[in-house]
Amino acid sequence: MTVPRPPRGTRELLSAGILAGPALLLLLATMLLPVLAVFVIAVTDWQFGAGHLSFVGLDNFVALFGDAVFRASITNTVLYVCLVVPATVGLGLALALLIESCGRLRAFYRAVHFLPYMATLAAMAVVWEALLHPTIGVVNRTLQGLGWPVANWLRDESTVLPTLAVIGIWQGLGFALVLFLAGLKAVPRDLYDAAEVDGADGTLDRLTVVTLPMLGPVTMFVVIVTALRAFEVFDTVRILTEGGPAHASEVLLHTLYVESFEYLRTGYGAAVTIVFLLIVMVLTLLQAKVMDRRVHYS
Amino acid sequence: MSAGVVLDRVSKRFGTESVLADVSLEIRDGEFLTLLGPSGCGKSTLLRIIAGLEAQDAGSVFIAGRRADRLRAKERDIAMVFQTYALYPHLTVAENMALPLKMRRMCLAQRLPGIGRLWPGRKAVARSIRDDVAATARALEIAHLMHRKPGQLSGGQRQRVAVGRAVVREPSVFLMDEPLSNLDAKLRVVMRAEIKQLHQRLGATILYVTHDQSEAMTLSDRVAVMHRGTLAQVGTPQAIYADPENLRVAEFVGSPMINTLSAIVASPSGVVLDGVALPLRTGLPAGGAVTLGLRPEAVSLAPAPGAGLLNGTVRLLEHMGAELLVHVALDGGETLTAKLDVARAGLVAVGRAVAIRPHLDQVLVFAADGRRLRCADHGGAVPASRGARA
Ligand SMILES: Nc1ncnc2c1ncn2[C@@H]1O[C@H](COP(=O)(O)OP(=O)(O)O)[C@@H](O)[C@H]1O
Ligand SMILES: [Mg+2]
Repeated sequence: MTVPRPPRGTRELLSAGILAGPALLLLLATMLLPVLAVFVIAVTDWQFGAGHLSFVGLDNFVALFGDAVFRASITNTVLYVCLVVPATVGLGLALALLIESCGRLRAFYRAVHFLPYMATLAAMAVVWEALLHPTIGVVNRTLQGLGWPVANWLRDESTVLPTLAVIGIWQGLGFALVLFLAGLKAVPRDLYDAAEVDGADGTLDRLTVVTLPMLGPVTMFVVIVTALRAFEVFDTVRILTEGGPAHASEVLLHTLYVESFEYLRTGYGAAVTIVFLLIVMVLTLLQAKVMDRRVHYS
Repeated sequence: MSAGVVLDRVSKRFGTESVLADVSLEIRDGEFLTLLGPSGCGKSTLLRIIAGLEAQDAGSVFIAGRRADRLRAKERDIAMVFQTYALYPHLTVAENMALPLKMRRMCLAQRLPGIGRLWPGRKAVARSIRDDVAATARALEIAHLMHRKPGQLSGGQRQRVAVGRAVVREPSVFLMDEPLSNLDAKLRVVMRAEIKQLHQRLGATILYVTHDQSEAMTLSDRVAVMHRGTLAQVGTPQAIYADPENLRVAEFVGSPMINTLSAIVASPSGVVLDGVALPLRTGLPAGGAVTLGLRPEAVSLAPAPGAGLLNGTVRLLEHMGAELLVHVALDGGETLTAKLDVARAGLVAVGRAVAIRPHLDQVLVFAADGRRLRCADHGGAVPASRGARA
């Protein structure tokens, strides 16, 4: 007999390890390590560029939830999401139904509504700023002309968040619309025929019997993606308001940015990041679960 | 009047393409009539016009003696079974079957989710619907599937549910658009028998669309053969098979396909095929071209070459169990398929020369334009099995 060969299981494990190794390493280095680093930094008092750091346990988190700015930031973000998601989904669906039923010019409408989604928001924010200018902006001029009350939209604590939400809706609408249009296209024509023969031939009946149920999966997807994007709102806030006035438009990502890169409180910023990651993760898991359970028909 | 369907010169075009041209047809009360034709000939369009899902450009549709042209689909007292079944994927089997009843028996307020339950009288209606659905489900043996979604059913079960959704309403006319074409061959034969039984049990009028001639032949009281938007022939399955009006019907019906051989008219009472004189009366002047239609079972093997026999060489043998298909290349260049009793297998082998005897009484003669020539009056010209033509 020659050299005893290792048992089959070990050999397979070995070759599997060799084959998967490089990809695994890459994954570790690019994905998991940074996240791990964030977790480590979050329990220290490290300041960016500082030569020393010490372990502070959960102090950063305690400080975080004791911080009025952070609490305002969380509240504002949730409020923003609650404004943007239903409006984007509702308007997107309504527009998709309208465009689908009008038939002609479908491609044109689709393109027009999709433009904001494709445009760089930084550039578009400038346009919004001009539109919303308290004295020379088109919005206030128009309101004035109609004899309606005007506002300093981006500088007033009570209007700034709804105004940002409107911009967020404007930006996300095209995305929702395109997905809904695709979803409508995918509804089998036979189902409408069957519904018609079965007696469901009114607009409302067609909607409730065929269209809306068949759009269930798409709607779920649009809701989750829109919510995720709304949670990540940053560029409009940064460019138009910088979280002001008086933190009335402070949102999570903006807080994170300011703490980490302006105040250089890296440990504190890492703690904000972890809170943010948790929210996003919960949403993503929710999406996976709901998509699997409720709205998959086959 | 009866619960049949009458089509009066129905025409339809899509853009510039004429899909149906002057289709007139009467489907009698309680009849099982099949629309048979190749894909794209307009069968589904005709069915959809009858259902009210498509509007005809000209002509009228009468259902149960009522002019239906201005009626919407739900007012026509018809039910339809779709090729794709078109079950609502988000509803259970029970809900799928209940939907047409709900739409009919409940008012809008009662159908509303949630608050509809509070509406007076809903409970009694809901119970009547539940009972009717349960009864239909029992009859179709799908009672154990009631709480599943269509996605959790096999093809055959879906098909049954689709039929159930149509039956539960008790319409006077059923329209079925290739309902078996998505099933595998074995299941198709089973479901075919079930549909036949359903027809016998309900006594309803059924208009059934298929491109499968075996379905048409086995199921129907009468078959309407469609070709490019017109009806080529309407008749009993036997009549369509044994006594076709034209070459196209003869070619479309029958498996294996009818043999078509070109022949020259030698005299009003004789033709020449591959140099073989056959005493077939055409009534045409000498020199004209005709096509002879020979069913594979309308020929037999002759022991030796002789007068009135076609000579050729065996090219291919196909054993079909009780029968043997012999593909023969005739000396004149044409090919012919003969269906023989398998007991004759010893007489043929690939490459062997054979003599084929056409049964003159079963030869179908067609003019150059495909029209059937019926003036053949030699002995026994008319097959005994010939049925009544519509
Ligand atoms: N909605 C439509 N628009 C344009 N052409 C159509 C439409 N429906 C069917 N046709 C055309 O009409 C012809 C007949 O179609 P159909 O009735 O579905 O045939 P079959 O059911 O016999 O296969 C086909 O050539 C098809 O392309
Ligand atoms: Mg069809």
